[in-house]
Amino acid sequence: MTEKENTNILVKERDVVVPGEELAQGMDYLPSEGAFRDGEKIVSLRLGLFNLDGRLIKVIPLGGRYIPKKNDTVIGKVSDILFSSWRVDIGWPFDAMVHLREGSREFIPNDADLRKYYNTGDLVVGKIINVSSTKIVDMSLKLPGCRKLGTGRVIEVQPTRVPRIIGKQGSMISMIKESTGCNIIVGQNGTIWISGPDSKKERIAENTIRKIEAEAHSSGLTEKISKFLKENE
Amino acid sequence: MAYEKRFDGRKFDEVREMEAKIGIIERADGSAMFRTGKTIAIAAVYGPRGVFPSFLQNPKKGRLKCTYDLLSFSVTERKRPGPSRRSTEISMVTEHSLAPVLDMTKYSYAGIDLYVYITQADAGTRAAGINAASLALADAGIPMKDLITSIAVGKVSDKIAVDLDKAEEDHEDGATDLPMAMSTRTGEITLLQMDGNMTRAEIKEALEMGKKACEGIKKVQIEALKAKYNGGNKK
Amino acid sequence: MKAYVKSVLDANDRLDGRKFEDSREIEVSYGVSNKAEGSARVKIGKTEVIAGVKMDVGTPYGDSPNRGNLMVGAERLPVANPEFLPGPPNPAAIELARIVDRGIRESGMIDMEKLCIRKGELVWNIIIDIYPMNDDGNLIDASALAAVAALRNAVFPKLVEDKVQWGEFTENKVPLKFIPLTLTVSKIGKHLILDVNKEEEEAVETRLSVSVSEKGNVHAMQKGGEAGLSIEESDKAIGMVIDALSKLRKDLKWN
Repeated sequence: MTEKENTNILVKERDVVVPGEELAQGMDYLPSEGAFRDGEKIVSLRLGLFNLDGRLIKVIPLGGRYIPKKNDTVIGKVSDILFSSWRVDIGWPFDAMVHLREGSREFIPNDADLRKYYNTGDLVVGKIINVSSTKIVDMSLKLPGCRKLGTGRVIEVQPTRVPRIIGKQGSMISMIKESTGCNIIVGQNGTIWISGPDSKKERIAENTIRKIEAEAHSSGLTEKISKFLKENE
Repeated sequence: MAYEKRFDGRKFDEVREMEAKIGIIERADGSAMFRTGKTIAIAAVYGPRGVFPSFLQNPKKGRLKCTYDLLSFSVTERKRPGPSRRSTEISMVTEHSLAPVLDMTKYSYAGIDLYVYITQADAGTRAAGINAASLALADAGIPMKDLITSIAVGKVSDKIAVDLDKAEEDHEDGATDLPMAMSTRTGEITLLQMDGNMTRAEIKEALEMGKKACEGIKKVQIEALKAKYNGGNKK
Repeated sequence: MKAYVKSVLDANDRLDGRKFEDSREIEVSYGVSNKAEGSARVKIGKTEVIAGVKMDVGTPYGDSPNRGNLMVGAERLPVANPEFLPGPPNPAAIELARIVDRGIRESGMIDMEKLCIRKGELVWNIIIDIYPMNDDGNLIDASALAAVAALRNAVFPKLVEDKVQWGEFTENKVPLKFIPLTLTVSKIGKHLILDVNKEEEEAVETRLSVSVSEKGNVHAMQKGGEAGLSIEESDKAIGMVIDALSKLRKDLKWN
């Protein structure tokens, strides 16, 4: 049964749907992320894009705060130092925890002064290694790619736009890095760190990212961005 | 004297002209403006975020806290700053009107803060506020089983009417104010208040009229949400 | 980010590429509330503030029997910034209101004697309420401009037998003598800049708000923040404000 013939699906792929909107009827489909079943109907829970994945009905969110997921790379600020762990603010109601043994690729002795490694206010990029059922987040700063970040331009974007900013296999972000000569690290939580040869180039990188954020849904975005970067070179 | 024609010429089941826009406050996680006639409400959502002081944190479910108020210059006689008993009550009923469609168990220990302010008041302020609040919650990406839609129905002199304006509320023969809110998808009423003088049959008639009006208001809400993304379906 | 902001200024640049003496785009509009005697909305970049004027009659103060009264209030609504919480105005909100008040009062903007209805018995009271809607830095300047714009837009309500007819307006505008404008100069490191955005505001060490009327004289000043300011820096700051305001007055076209 193709989508066209199937009258049980009530909306089209990538349609913008709203909370309470009926997406499908009958028992052939299963509600997944962003949808729920109400009797015969499958209904959207959020403002988002309708997506049919096999038999799963999903609504991909268009906005909202970052929700931590295992294996996400995130950028945050060290908010507190406890006896054997650091707390990092990643934009979630609860700070992520970095345990002593996840702090660094070097060995950290038990009696070490944790401030020597990361002090409150430091910006770090790390990886989420676990999210508990009550959404307590464990983070690592010792996996490859994790480190303390030096001075740089830090901007916040909508977490839902991060995939577009990174692009397929990092193609979009690589294009920006090459054109501006900036080092850019993108956190899945919407925090982005930019460090380049001068503030002018960093500004171009920021403006480009903001442009992608604003036009994430439009078609031909890659060409638009490529053109924008060339104009600013 | 019987109320034959409404002061502004509307039909008795007609809602005033509406306007809605989302994302009007850049720093908020979600925000919206909702206008019904000359009543303008703005709503902003911050959350999920931490709840302080910590003894207010609930391990079973998140806390939805609403603060509603009128701005000083939104009414003819200046309203002194600071919460009044009326605004405290409306804050609470607004929370309760939205609670049935929210699953706060997803936000244990955390909270969602909702702020609703009326910048221009011409009756029906709590309804405009709830309409704006639903949009702000949707804009903030908070999962909801449905949008909540609200309108004030009532009785002006001897006629049941929908969306009373200030002039009607002040009608010399008296008026009854019956604010209501509902999830139009399920038909479930989530806000119901009344003050005035109506028979049981009149109340039923008013509620049915209100339900129809809410269906129209919901269309305005949906259009505003989709408009932000240009109607969608762009690859 | 504070260190980064400072390093960008050290390189003679700003985060968004503006010059140190440049403001973001300013937009003024009116008619925020049809219940207010006057109201205005000001946007400076993404910072947005609304202000409204309400008027009432009452007995004058004993020491000014032939003058009306002015009161300016501000509430930092929690909608504008995740760090603002509901509740009575905190010192920052009170300072904001008082800075705006002084700029208006000390410049003689409102002809207070024309607010007198009957000497010693009845005068007009003007109350301005300021509400930030979105905080992207520099609420002080946006608030001061919104309050002044709302006053320019304000008319007297109808008065019948000493009672205000609420909701009925006359065409008589509130009598204004001067238009004070306020700009705040912020110090970051050794740099003085105008109109900070929210990232720059976090790095501000001290700031000086200066109110100037079209006469060219300074009528009010307020230094905020914990760091020091030299006489030279204060003088330079005042000069920056006077220069920037002559340009702003031309742009606003308020004559």
